[in-house]
Amino acid sequence: MRVGDAAGLSLVDRVRQGAAPATALAERATDRVLPVRPSLAPLLPWGGLRRGSTVAVEGSASLLFALLAEASEAGAWCAVVGLPALGAVAAAEAGVATERLALVPFPGPDVAAVAAALMDGMDVVVLGGTARLSAADGRRLAARARQRGAVLVPYGAWQGADLELSCTEGRWHGLGAGHGHLRSREVTVRARGRGAASRPRSARMLLPAAAGESAAGSTGTGTGTATTPLHRVPAQRAKAG
Amino acid sequence: MAAAPRDVPVRTIAVWCPDWPVVAAAAAEGLPPHVPVAVVADNRVIACSAVARADGVRRGLRRREAQSRCPGLVVLPADPDRDARWFEPVVVAVESLAPGVEIVRPGVVVVPARGPVRYFGGDEAVAERLVDHVAGQAGTECQVGIADGVFAAVLAARRGVVVPAGGTPGFLGPLDIGELDLPGEAEGGRAAPTRAHPGGTATATGSGGAHPRSGGAHPRSGGAHLGSGRAHPGGTSGSGRADLVDLLRRLGLRTLGAFAALPTRDVVSRFPADGALAHRLARGLDPRPPSARRPPPELTVEVEPDPPVDRVDAAAFAARSLAERLHEVLTHHGLACTRLGIEAETAHGEQLARTWRHEGALTAADISDRVRWQLEGWLTGRTGDRPTAEVTRLRLVPEEVVEHAGLQLGLWGGLGESGERAHRALTRVQGMLGPEAVLTPVLGGGRGPAEQVRLVPWRDERAPALDPAAPWPGRLPAPAPATVLPEPLAAEVRDESGEPVGVTGRHAVTAPPHLVVVRGKSREVRAWAGPWPVDERWWDGDAARRRARFQVVVEGETALLLVLEGGRWWVEAIYD
Repeated sequence: MRVGDAAGLSLVDRVRQGAAPATALAERATDRVLPVRPSLAPLLPWGGLRRGSTVAVEGSASLLFALLAEASEAGAWCAVVGLPALGAVAAAEAGVATERLALVPFPGPDVAAVAAALMDGMDVVVLGGTARLSAADGRRLAARARQRGAVLVPYGAWQGADLELSCTEGRWHGLGAGHGHLRSREVTVRARGRGAASRPRSARMLLPAAAGESAAGSTGTGTGTATTPLHRVPAQRAKAG
Repeated sequence: MAAAPRDVPVRTIAVWCPDWPVVAAAAAEGLPPHVPVAVVADNRVIACSAVARADGVRRGLRRREAQSRCPGLVVLPADPDRDARWFEPVVVAVESLAPGVEIVRPGVVVVPARGPVRYFGGDEAVAERLVDHVAGQAGTECQVGIADGVFAAVLAARRGVVVPAGGTPGFLGPLDIGELDLPGEAEGGRAAPTRAHPGGTATATGSGGAHPRSGGAHPRSGGAHLGSGRAHPGGTSGSGRADLVDLLRRLGLRTLGAFAALPTRDVVSRFPADGALAHRLARGLDPRPPSARRPPPELTVEVEPDPPVDRVDAAAFAARSLAERLHEVLTHHGLACTRLGIEAETAHGEQLARTWRHEGALTAADISDRVRWQLEGWLTGRTGDRPTAEVTRLRLVPEEVVEHAGLQLGLWGGLGESGERAHRALTRVQGMLGPEAVLTPVLGGGRGPAEQVRLVPWRDERAPALDPAAPWPGRLPAPAPATVLPEPLAAEVRDESGEPVGVTGRHAVTAPPHLVVVRGKSREVRAWAGPWPVDERWWDGDAARRRARFQVVVEGETALLLVLEGGRWWVEAIYD
């Protein structure tokens, strides 16, 4: 049955090349796209995590958690391979359902085989230690994700990702000179990729958001120091049409 | 083996060991019988010994209260594995007198009565022989009951009575409706229910509704049922039966007889599937509808563990994967297993076999538990026939199956299906790397970002390491750091004049931190806060730890969690 999915997916892919915004809704309707937070949705050409795609995240574990949170909350199963430094408390605060989160912190020498096996059953597979993988392994894993309808999320540099997300221009709030505590960080999340995502996009948001906001899954007006969303460049939303 | 199931139940002997969790726990701990013992799960007494009971300890009491009633009480944690392990000698003892033993749960076995009764010349004679033999061989007290059908036989065993053939409806009639719930309690974690007095009547049973079977009572339910999606909705155990009993009670049906008097048609049309099953039980009929059938042989699953299983932990892993395969096969056929044969073959060609019975449908986790218990029972071998070599072949034979609509997957492949798929993939990775390689985080109490997380192997019990409800002074406010270093990184923190920053005994900073040096790279501090002092285990000289945590934001807007301990600074986590 999976083979049939793969065929359907490639068809959807071809359609998507032509009209990205129009297909976004259709794909979501057929459960081909896992939901993401409203603040992140405009950055993703499909308005969410499209099954079969490779979305690389660089430099910020908070961004990684924010990306997974909505899908995880909605019932998706996530696996994290090769990231022993994962802050599970932060993941839970961001909204990742820990009971559907599996960790393989030390996957041994054959990371690719472990990740491939996980993609058979998990909806999202996060892959750390990407520097140790060869380019060929990377291509094979991306193909596997496409075939299995999983979302591959390399955490680190990755060649040929459908989309790369990174954080810049961070600014922490809440901490003073000897008083206060870290509350939230304002960052610019940049997205660039191939195909429908080739046009770079960016958005300013809170990562991590102040306590209380993350639970709601949105980055609405903040408590205290900062308010979000600040502004988005360019303002392009999937639901515009 | 038992006669084929018919509408008229088979005359059955039940052997019941009272207070089994206590007996097993006391045996495992080597406690003498005069010591009062209670087994506790979720801080509530689930079973206690007769000595403890004489002092006023009862099921359902809080641990503290039980201890106050009986100061010398030895409190032991509940452990279904231990209960099952120590039960094997009893099974062997019963089996040596009467063939065809089926284990209902640790503490209760049933055996068809026809053969032994004829051989020993009468119901009472068999009962007497069994009690003597179990006491002699296994060193355990037991009570025997004989009646038509497993349900009635187990109830008879609790009262130590022999119900004459055909007298079962009359025996069941006056019993409290709560009895419907108790014998169904086949889940391992809810250990065998014990009664204030074995001969007690409806008054003691009345507590059936109040005993601690709240959601969390099953210590394994969290992890164990995760992968199997939802619990079987049409199943008989669990809160479904408790709800049914509660409903019947509110309807004014206080005895089994009153429930049995309802017309079957009305019961079937007004209650869920389990209600119809309970109705059959109350009427003294065989619980399974006559359609229960002998399964075709292709449902049998088999595995040759490589390497051969000789240790209990390896057995558990083999049990789990095999149980899942069986469950998958059965689900595929729309069937559920009510009697499970577990067979093993050792390197020396020994054949071991044991049958487990379950009133409802066995879920994947149920099957896995039973296989694990049985293997542990054999491998830890407290009986004479401990296998002389490791287990080389393991076979699960569903000896009796029923149609089971409750296990159908959702029409659109909902969470249940994706959960099963995810679970299969994770199990496969566990097979590749070992069970401890695939973990899932369980959040609990604690102060540091690492302390709050306990990583448990996939499908193990999801219990936090530290009490999440307790107050944890010195815990940092949210948000938590997204990257927690597995090994803290040594650091230096200096003030403006280049002197190291420290913390006084009164938790005051000697000077505001100005520079943080990590791996030879120094960065200026833009903002900081702290200390969050942590005084752990100050009452214990060796384990005591004094630490102070700081949050700093350094150049490049990198936020770090620093910890100062014994004059040395460490980077514990990064907010990235």
